[in-house]
Amino acid sequence: MKRWLFPLFAIATAIGFAFTCWGVFVSTPTDRALYYSQKIFYYHVSNAFMLFMAVGVTGVASIAFLRGRNPRWDDVALAGAEVAVMFGAVVLFTGSMWAKAAWDLWWTWENRLTMSLLLWLVLLGYVLVRRFGGPGSDRLAAALAVFGTVALPFIYVMVGKGDHHPQAGSDGNVATLDSTMRLTFWMSVLTFFAWMNLLIRARLATVRAERRVRELRERAIDAGLFD
Amino acid sequence: MPTEKLSSAPAAEAAAPVAAAIAPQSVVRQAARVAWKDLRVELRSREIVYTVGFFAALVVVVFSFAFPSAEPRVIAQVAPGMIWVAIAFAGTIGLSRAFDREREGDTMRALLLAPAPRLAVFLGKAIAIAVLIMIVEAIIVPLTALLLGADLFGDPAPLALALTLGALGFAVAGSVFAAALLRVRARDVLLPVVLYPILIPLFVAGTHATAALLEVPADLDKVWYWITFLAVFDAAFLVVSMWVFEALVIE
Repeated sequence: MKRWLFPLFAIATAIGFAFTCWGVFVSTPTDRALYYSQKIFYYHVSNAFMLFMAVGVTGVASIAFLRGRNPRWDDVALAGAEVAVMFGAVVLFTGSMWAKAAWDLWWTWENRLTMSLLLWLVLLGYVLVRRFGGPGSDRLAAALAVFGTVALPFIYVMVGKGDHHPQAGSDGNVATLDSTMRLTFWMSVLTFFAWMNLLIRARLATVRAERRVRELRERAIDAGLFD
Repeated sequence: MPTEKLSSAPAAEAAAPVAAAIAPQSVVRQAARVAWKDLRVELRSREIVYTVGFFAALVVVVFSFAFPSAEPRVIAQVAPGMIWVAIAFAGTIGLSRAFDREREGDTMRALLLAPAPRLAVFLGKAIAIAVLIMIVEAIIVPLTALLLGADLFGDPAPLALALTLGALGFAVAGSVFAAALLRVRARDVLLPVVLYPILIPLFVAGTHATAALLEVPADLDKVWYWITFLAVFDAAFLVVSMWVFEALVIE
């Protein structure tokens, strides 16, 4: 792993966070319909992007692991899944808050909500299997990630009864937003992208260290150092 | 590495006749043989059908206590969910029993060592489990109709089709995970933990199809939409399962 990337992402996150906060609270105008509750958009949506990106990391790494059975891919999948669980929790929590403000409902079985929730449940299953499955659970968890990816479009079709999700701009396109809003939004996405990279890398480092300790221990047992 | 090259050359030669034997026809025959082996074991002991069937009946009875309302409108809304939740519970238990049997007899390794492709072993297992789930469904559905007075047999063909597709999808995905869980700790609780989130589309589609059948009059367009959904879901999961099972189950 390239060591210099870690401080780079840390600095990018710190600077980006400060600028994004300033953008959210000072420079962007207040939304005409939602007033201040629209401000959660910069947090909620970029976290949702990162949720799907981290899930993508886990899915691709799981497929690579099942194909070549190289444990390095498995480490990446585990780190991605754990980070995705965190982003998923943030997305569901802030989404629920925003739903209460925008629709006066804490929860509704709408397309993206249902998809995020079920995706998050698959991820929780993944992490639980890894945590409590013991040896042999790595391949099982990879299979779960692959199946979860396949099930995702079905979930989307399953709940496809019109999309009432609050939209970013007047016609649902980020490009139609006010220019300061757009700038702040993309800055927020980049900040959280750096943040996600930082988290995955940090987790990956500990996962790899754990694997090394485990392997060393096994070698020591084989050499008869532990009785 | 030169040593690998040396050792792989005779192995490839030895594998050639085996590969020639793996014709699609023989895969089907071998899968049928594995399925028939499982079903014959079950026919002799009748353990899974009796215990899991009774469990499924209990689930339906408990549910009918949970919804004591006798209003037909309420029953039409509640019964489809009851049926599919009972299938999910009973199916999970039957699945882990079917694979525990292999583990207790230590026969899984023998099965995998048999000169049959993994694909045939997997398909055979899945077919046998689908048959067992369908037997359990044949207990759940009439019992629900009886205890709740739900009119489930007005149009039996689409309902039977939905139940069959549900059993197949459940068996296909379930066999992959139950087989992979054989070597894993805490398998009893982990099976539903991994299985339910990915099978939610299947249960929801089954519930919607059943609910559309119970509408007065039955909304057949909706029924066939959900049955098609189930068929596509089954096909997608079958393809993934065949690939994953190969990569997953190595001893």
